Amino acid sequence: MQLLQQIINGVTIGSFYALVALGYTMVYGVLKLINFAHGDLFMWGAYLGLTGVSLLAGLAGAGQPWMAVPVITGVLALIALTGVLVERVAYRPLRAAGRLAPIISALGVAFILESIARNVYGARWRTYPTGVAPAGGFVLAGSVRISTMQIAVLVISFLLMAGLYLFVQRTRVGTAMRAVSLDHTVSRLMGIDVDRIIALVFVIGPGLGGIAGVVVALYYGSFDFTLGWSFGLKAFIAAILGGIGNIPGAMLGGMFLGLVETLASGYISPQWKDVIAYVILIIILIFRPTGILGERVAAKV
Amino acid sequence: MSLLHIEDLDTYYGYVHALKGITLDVETGEIVTLIGANGAGKSTTLRAISGLIPIRGGSISFDGQPLNGVPAHKIVERGVSHAPEGRHIFGTLTVTENLNMGAYILGKDQDAITRNRERVFKLFPRLEERRRQLGGTLSGGEQQMLTIGRALMASPRLLLLDEPSLGLAPLLVRLIFDTIREINAAGVTVLLVEQNARAALKIAHRAYVMETGRITLAGDAAALLADERVRKAYLGEQ
Repeated sequence: MQLLQQIINGVTIGSFYALVALGYTMVYGVLKLINFAHGDLFMWGAYLGLTGVSLLAGLAGAGQPWMAVPVITGVLALIALTGVLVERVAYRPLRAAGRLAPIISALGVAFILESIARNVYGARWRTYPTGVAPAGGFVLAGSVRISTMQIAVLVISFLLMAGLYLFVQRTRVGTAMRAVSLDHTVSRLMGIDVDRIIALVFVIGPGLGGIAGVVVALYYGSFDFTLGWSFGLKAFIAAILGGIGNIPGAMLGGMFLGLVETLASGYISPQWKDVIAYVILIIILIFRPTGILGERVAAKV
Repeated sequence: MSLLHIEDLDTYYGYVHALKGITLDVETGEIVTLIGANGAGKSTTLRAISGLIPIRGGSISFDGQPLNGVPAHKIVERGVSHAPEGRHIFGTLTVTENLNMGAYILGKDQDAITRNRERVFKLFPRLEERRRQLGGTLSGGEQQMLTIGRALMASPRLLLLDEPSLGLAPLLVRLIFDTIREINAAGVTVLLVEQNARAALKIAHRAYVMETGRITLAGDAAALLADERVRKAYLGEQ
């Protein structure tokens, strides 16, 4: 019973990690760049969501669940736009400059985004207006319960991930995205506009991150400007764990990390959850350095 | 007017002057081959035509339209397909997906894509057998078939082939060269870069010999095959 409850909680947190991890992994896929700014784009999603929800709650007099829909949509658009802008301004001019310069540029963007957030919204913890996160829940059996918010999280994450997976695996542009992540030069010979595919990745990755920002903030209720660094770093680890560059890997890695953390916290000790989770992580990486799903297929040369 | 006309072409790799004033023509319906030693600039010429490296001097025109400054992904749309050296197939995409990427510029025109795929499968039945397999799991010869097949998926008028016989067993080399002839007979003009000068000269109409970034000899393939200098330098005869 206790186990089922922990699994429900773990999968919820795991889907947050997974949604954010997708942004890291997709950008790594097409650019071989660790987009350190991604965690802060996600954090900005939480803040922009706060502004949106506060605005609507102020107009309506109180927070209501429907407000999440327009706010998430708006945040998705704004963060996607920011993502494309970051790529255009901070990464594209450095594409021929080797591996190090773009990483430093990404770290720079991360600090810029974090500082702006702290200056605009303040360093204190911020709380979403009550009434937006759906209240209540269901008793599944005995003491095991699932909240309406958890159901919403699971449904949203599942739809987003399934949609992304189908897009990447089944459509022409999704296949082109996989082609670009394998070889830019040959992709250009196919008539694929590589710059446009990369821009599209910076729409989807940060877009998903932005959605995750709002949903995470709704789930926990409050957050501060370090959200991008702390939570984002774990999502990055989830991406590595699953096999960076691999989209199903990011989903799997996120779920795995969420579950391990929750189970360690529930069965052993909340204070020791990070120690246990990362010991397991290190063990996995020792045996599978490329991550759980990383580079399963060796290319013949 | 030539289908492909290159005039006094100059390119650089960094500070290295790779092509030093190349002039060559390919007429509609021909197989033209570029032969020469390693590093002579044969692949560079193909890379310049398909827009992968910038033109620093001179001009390239295709079907009367200049290609100078046109980005690589737009050159495919003009009707020039490039099968690169070294069998750069997409390893984690299936054979069918690789072919579909070759037809990327056809957009959602499923009829044309299916028609072209059927044509490729007719040329290379092995690819049809392996259509669900990942590209990276194919043998070297099959990967070469996929590279050529993929380039044909865009319905090109000019096919650029870079070292299609490299590293293949003699029997497969024969098959590849027979297929190139077949592709040409179906109306596709071919510009072929080869180290295997003898095989290339046998199927080509005309040929250019390159040495350190310059064209040193040009003429009918049959004439070059009999030429004393070519025989000594490239056909390994004393």
